[in-house]
Amino acid sequence: MADTLIRVTDLTKDYRLGDTHVLALRGVSLEIERGSFVAVMGPSGSGKSTFMNLLGCLDQPSAGHLWLDGEEVSQLSDDALAALRNRRIGFVFQHFNLLARTSALDNVALPLLYRGLTASERHAKSEQRLHQVGLAERMDHHPAQLSGGQQQRVAIARALVGDPALVLADEPTGALDSRTGIEIMALLQQLNREGITIVLVTHEHDIAAYADRIIQFRDGRVVDDQSNERRDAGADFSALPVLT
Amino acid sequence: MNFTATLAIALKALRVNKLRSALTMLGIIIGVAAVIVMIAVGGGARAQVESQIKNLGANLMMVFSASPTFTGARSAAGATHTVSEDDAYAIARELPEYVAGAAPALRGGGQVVAGNSNWSTSFYGVTPDYFDVREWTLAEGRFFDQAEINGAAKVAIIGRTVATNLFGDASPLDEAIRIRTVPLTVIGVLASKGQSPGGSDLDDVILMPITTARNRILGATALAKSRSVGSIQIKIVDGTDSKVAEEKVRELLRQRHRLQAGQDDDFTLRNMTELLQTREESSRVMALLLASVASVSLLVGGIGIMNIMLVSVTERTREIGLRRAVGARARDILQQFLIEAITLSLIGGLVGVLLGTGGAQLIGELAGWPIELSLSATLLAVSFAAVIGIFFGYYPARKAARMSPIEALRHE
Ligand SMILES: Nc1ncnc2c1ncn2[C@@H]1O[C@H](COP(=O)(O)OP(=O)(O)OP(=O)(O)O)[C@@H](O)[C@H]1O
Ligand SMILES: [Mg+2]
Repeated sequence: MADTLIRVTDLTKDYRLGDTHVLALRGVSLEIERGSFVAVMGPSGSGKSTFMNLLGCLDQPSAGHLWLDGEEVSQLSDDALAALRNRRIGFVFQHFNLLARTSALDNVALPLLYRGLTASERHAKSEQRLHQVGLAERMDHHPAQLSGGQQQRVAIARALVGDPALVLADEPTGALDSRTGIEIMALLQQLNREGITIVLVTHEHDIAAYADRIIQFRDGRVVDDQSNERRDAGADFSALPVLT
Repeated sequence: MNFTATLAIALKALRVNKLRSALTMLGIIIGVAAVIVMIAVGGGARAQVESQIKNLGANLMMVFSASPTFTGARSAAGATHTVSEDDAYAIARELPEYVAGAAPALRGGGQVVAGNSNWSTSFYGVTPDYFDVREWTLAEGRFFDQAEINGAAKVAIIGRTVATNLFGDASPLDEAIRIRTVPLTVIGVLASKGQSPGGSDLDDVILMPITTARNRILGATALAKSRSVGSIQIKIVDGTDSKVAEEKVRELLRQRHRLQAGQDDDFTLRNMTELLQTREESSRVMALLLASVASVSLLVGGIGIMNIMLVSVTERTREIGLRRAVGARARDILQQFLIEAITLSLIGGLVGVLLGTGGAQLIGELAGWPIELSLSATLLAVSFAAVIGIFFGYYPARKAARMSPIEALRHE
């Protein structure tokens, strides 16, 4: 019996906008094991992002419960949630969300700013992570001086810098071409092999194929949940013709 | 999150929008500069009035003969002097609760000659009381005494300006000067007092025994008989209301001159202390005016800061969401924006101090006003700027801190 990192029961989220009432999640119950690589799929508006935001403790459910590492999250104060996001969760967004006019190094170091580390400690850790995502030579570049794939790698380094247990990635390849997408997936798979649990939202079956479990959402419910024989993104990338 | 990191973020945010930051600071800059100039000019004016009161003699009051013309020439003609030496002694004798001293003075003017040099100046025939009432001290030499008054001795004490013009750098002591052919020996030189409130040179003067002036120089027999004088200089007892003292002196003089009720005074009373207080009052009004300009400017500056901080919070909503997502607490965000507002207002305050200090000095040079820069006023102005930053920065910062992380992240 593998060890459970995330457990949700009857997770519900509704949005009220004046008279209209949107039920974005209608009772989702599932568990995600530590060390797994989960892909979340489903049509637009099916509640995938809503679900991810709840997992990431960025938003509060209307009803239902969420345990992260055995801890009931809905009981926590705003400050405790901030600390939890800081230490246990890394986010990767579709549109990177890097700070403009700020070096790659400082972008990566951002989460550490809220940990009371000294500047040199922050830089040492960030440098190491930038090295890991293959951007050691681009540390001083600003986002505007980097390609989309490079920006997403900076964002991944930022997600990793705090040594999280969980990385949440909402359409991380959505803004990238397929080749760069595969490169990013190879990076995520490599992190996963190091023990980090990854939950990723995607619209593309080719991308979901790199996960070892695929959950399908529709109308705020889980309609399918299957394990998958994952493809090796590193191998796929190496097999691509080399660009000159 | 530590302070230096927050400060670095704030400075960076302000650098990104240099022009906007500078314009935002303008209100604070003008306000603080106005405060500095106001206090420098106001303090300078007060110091000047104070030193003028000291120069003139503290608590000074003067009685003149009523005639609008009491120049030496007219006095010599002996026409219009209504105030007498005896009036002065009566004032000193009968109003001791109010008057510390009353000195008669007989004024004249003309050419003074010493060797080849000559100089046109005024001279006063006075009694030793005069030195005390007008608070004259000597740079060198001695005052004359009662015996010299009784004997109408041919001695004189000269002011610094007269000494310089007649003798240059040499000591005038024991030298001879001539006024209207009468030779006098210089026995003393007055310590310099500088300018009067009216801008005339207090050091351009010669003092001599009242008898010498009356009998030997002015030489009018009518004048000699009446013992009349041009003015009486009165020193009020310290701490006495000068208004009350003025009324007492007026009452006594009207009685001595046998004026009926309803009859006009045949003398003029001038209360110098009051005159100077009026001047000080007007410089206070000026300072008050500048203070209101300064406070309006600081208020507008504060609102400008609030406005720009609100714009900044809106513009950077996604940044706030991102920071919250990676672990910033609400209070980290509050602190960040508050420090940004305070940095803005403090830099504005410091620039204002520089500008105000320079401006005050420039105004002093150009307008010839005395300037008194004050460190405590500078510190006050800068801390006031910081308080403005906190006050007007708090609302935008709180707004930023209260945003829900997910809504901030989703902001377009
Ligand atoms: N802040 C909000 N206010 C109101 N309704 C919302 C809000 N956020 C999401 N919704 C609604 O909730 C539903 C689920 O949205 P969600 O963003 O989770 O979909 P999604 O599966 O991520 O879609 P996509 O694939 O297009 O990203 C949608 O109908 C959406 O309109
Ligand atoms: Mg979505």
